Amino acid sequence: MEDKTNITIQNTAGEENPNRTCLEHPEDTKGILEVNNLSAWYGKTLAIKNISMSIRAKTITAIIGPSGCGKSTFIRCLNRMHEVAHGGHAEGCIMLDGRDIYARDADPVVIRRRIGMVFQKPAPFPMMSVFDNVAAGLKLTQFWSRHWELEEVVERSLRQAALWDEVKDKLHQSGASLSGGQQQRLCIARAIAVQPEIILLDEPCSALDPASTLKIEDLMRSLVTEYSIVIVTHNMQQAARVSDMAGFFLADQDRSGILIEYGKTSQLFTNPKDKRTEDYITGRFG
Amino acid sequence: MTRRNGEKTVSPVRPNTRLPARHSGYSDKIFSNLTLFFTIVMVLILAALVFILTKDAMPAINKFGFAFITNRMWNPVTDIFGALPAIYGTLVTSLIGLLIAVPISIGAAIYLVELAPNWLKGPASFIIEMLAAIPSVIIGLWGLYVMVPVVRNNIEKWLGGHLDALPLFQGPPFGVGFLSAGLLLAIMIIPIITAVTRDAMKAVPNEQREAMFALGATRWETINKAVLPYCRTGMIGAVILGLGRAFGETMAVTMVIGNGYKLTASLFSPGATIASTIASQFGEATTGVYTGSLIELALILFGLTLIVNVIARTLVWRMTSLKAAKK
Amino acid sequence: MMNLQEHGQARRKFINQLMLVLCGTAAAIAILVLVLILGYTLFKGISYINLNILIQAAKPMGQAGGGMRNEIFGTLILVLLGCVFALPIGVLAGIYLAEFANPRVAATIRFTADILSGVPSIVVGVFVYAIMVMPMHSFSALSGGVALAVIMVPVVARTAEESLRLVPDSMREAALALGITRWRAVVGVVMPGAMTGIITGIMLGVARIAGETAPLLFTALGSSFGVQGLLKPIGSLSLIIYKDALSPYPTDQQHAWAGAFLLVLLVLGISILVRWVSNRKHN
Repeated sequence: MEDKTNITIQNTAGEENPNRTCLEHPEDTKGILEVNNLSAWYGKTLAIKNISMSIRAKTITAIIGPSGCGKSTFIRCLNRMHEVAHGGHAEGCIMLDGRDIYARDADPVVIRRRIGMVFQKPAPFPMMSVFDNVAAGLKLTQFWSRHWELEEVVERSLRQAALWDEVKDKLHQSGASLSGGQQQRLCIARAIAVQPEIILLDEPCSALDPASTLKIEDLMRSLVTEYSIVIVTHNMQQAARVSDMAGFFLADQDRSGILIEYGKTSQLFTNPKDKRTEDYITGRFG
Repeated sequence: MTRRNGEKTVSPVRPNTRLPARHSGYSDKIFSNLTLFFTIVMVLILAALVFILTKDAMPAINKFGFAFITNRMWNPVTDIFGALPAIYGTLVTSLIGLLIAVPISIGAAIYLVELAPNWLKGPASFIIEMLAAIPSVIIGLWGLYVMVPVVRNNIEKWLGGHLDALPLFQGPPFGVGFLSAGLLLAIMIIPIITAVTRDAMKAVPNEQREAMFALGATRWETINKAVLPYCRTGMIGAVILGLGRAFGETMAVTMVIGNGYKLTASLFSPGATIASTIASQFGEATTGVYTGSLIELALILFGLTLIVNVIARTLVWRMTSLKAAKK
Repeated sequence: MMNLQEHGQARRKFINQLMLVLCGTAAAIAILVLVLILGYTLFKGISYINLNILIQAAKPMGQAGGGMRNEIFGTLILVLLGCVFALPIGVLAGIYLAEFANPRVAATIRFTADILSGVPSIVVGVFVYAIMVMPMHSFSALSGGVALAVIMVPVVARTAEESLRLVPDSMREAALALGITRWRAVVGVVMPGAMTGIITGIMLGVARIAGETAPLLFTALGSSFGVQGLLKPIGSLSLIIYKDALSPYPTDQQHAWAGAFLLVLLVLGISILVRWVSNRKHN
């Protein structure tokens, strides 16, 4: 049986422990996110309800669905950015490396270092150069760093983001002087410079032209050898092209978003299990 | 991670060392508390100001009570002090300033927003704002040596010659006095009334104007019927802000008001305002009651400007929140 | 003879023209006044400017020659002191208002800052006299600096807050998503983004306090002995203009014009520079 919407977690003894909502997973779990019964609110309004899924390591997982059904809210819960907005809070548990990121003693700052995020509208820091943008995550956490260390990291990140050749002569120009597609790749380079395990992309191409979009899709395929990637996209063709796994979100009766189906992309798109998924894929709505 | 084309290989990715779950919340708390601390300092400055002024005015408050405001005499020799002429002077000079400045400011604002050609709007507004940047003491210097002779020899002579039926214009033309002080105040408050009125008028949505134009109204009729009624609140706020500024002006007024201390209807007469009294006498205050009286004057001035500024800001705030609601 | 409708039209046109002329005249008056005052000050002042003014100390009352060297230093020192006290308070308060305060608290504090900025500068002088000069039994440059700081704090706080608010939230989010602490995000990303606006606010504050006289009357007091240290009285350009303007000696009055020339150049120079820079940024 393929993945269902609910995943039961078993401890090493093979028994379910009914007394704990979130169990420790002892094997090496790098780059894996186990989402369990995640719900999130904006103030009193429920935005997403009881989402459970397992993000696998070194895969690209696409989150698809019509607009307004909680996709962005969901992905922002994965690195605890949801609570940065006024009135945002979430409940449930998300296991990273066997520890719940929503635990009482969990530090959001550390979590965000391990789970990076790139936003829909490219947001390079305009008053910093290209170099400083990429180095920002490092410079702003350490009190000092030798310049050659930074140079190494910046070059590596820009190469991984397929941007090095285009900007290697412009490293000291302002980050905002690049084109839209380049800016977004700069944001990706900035995110990977701090060496996260997982990269979240919230509709990264929706503000870009088709040529830049394709470049970023190629980039994702090369990045996935190192990182797990979760991408929210409203572009179904993109999801079909790029992702290994896909989760389909829809708004429930009470306007909150729920996960309808989650599975291998190839299977979801050719042989969806849920009728609503099929309707969406075939374009009956959305 | 190898690159294509045999380019230099970048050093391999270091294994991701698992960062311990350190609590970074502390540094954030310290920083936000630091900023809160200095914010409280700012608030405390105001609180301390009110407290200290009240405390140090006590010798005078205790001695004179309410009579301080109604008494006309200011006598350091006998230690009897009354603020009435100073309050009167503040009110009279500010009133003169308003009467002259308001028509000019509103007219200028109307011109700058509605009537001027586009290329002129920016530079002209800029120039009028620059007027606000000139230090008060320089305006006083100019007022004393350039304006006062003109006031004495031309304006007061003319007014005294033709309109001396009015007690306002009776008495010998000194040049320095209420009239000159009022003129300087007018000059100094024109920029702020103009600027706030301009903002109020710019906040009127264009649809209002366009609707009037479509009905065949002239430029002026549009302004009069569609724009001005809309920004009435803002304009009143602007005028009251100007009044507040006029109350507090010190240097220019002190230099041209002639340092009299009397309650008289004649605008030609030398007089005093609260601010000018404090400025010219503070250095000479010897006894506790003398200093206390001057500090009580400062307290009265603070109270006057406080009330006026609060009213003005409420009106102007209402105008800006209307503008925000419209958007 | 015009018919009634034509008469009405003509009357409307006439009123329209009349009001246009009146409003234009009002604007012209406002501009003319500035040109008059500024022009006179510059022309009259420059005629009394010579190198002496800048490098010599003042001579006793009535004597010719003599300069304003000490007063120029005094203005610079007092402005510097004002900044030293006002900048930490103003900038950090602005950061608190923009980044940490909840909306109701922020509105109240903003209101307080507005009240503080509306306090007449002479009242500020009296206040600082009461809390510093009286206990210290001496006028001092320090108390003058504090008085100027009290005037400067609300200006800096409000412009700092507004500049920080102009930084888009997307930048804060992008910074936090890198896994840096909140305070590092504010200091390392948001503040640099607002720096132009913050510096503009500071320069406007400087232009304002450089020209102030009233708060210095009973704090710094002015000094015939030059700069003697922070705990002694000190002169300033504004104070010496005031003193010389009221002097009966023509040489002193000429001095006042020379000083006015320098002061107006300083103050207007900063104001114009600031507005030019901020206009350029917005375009």
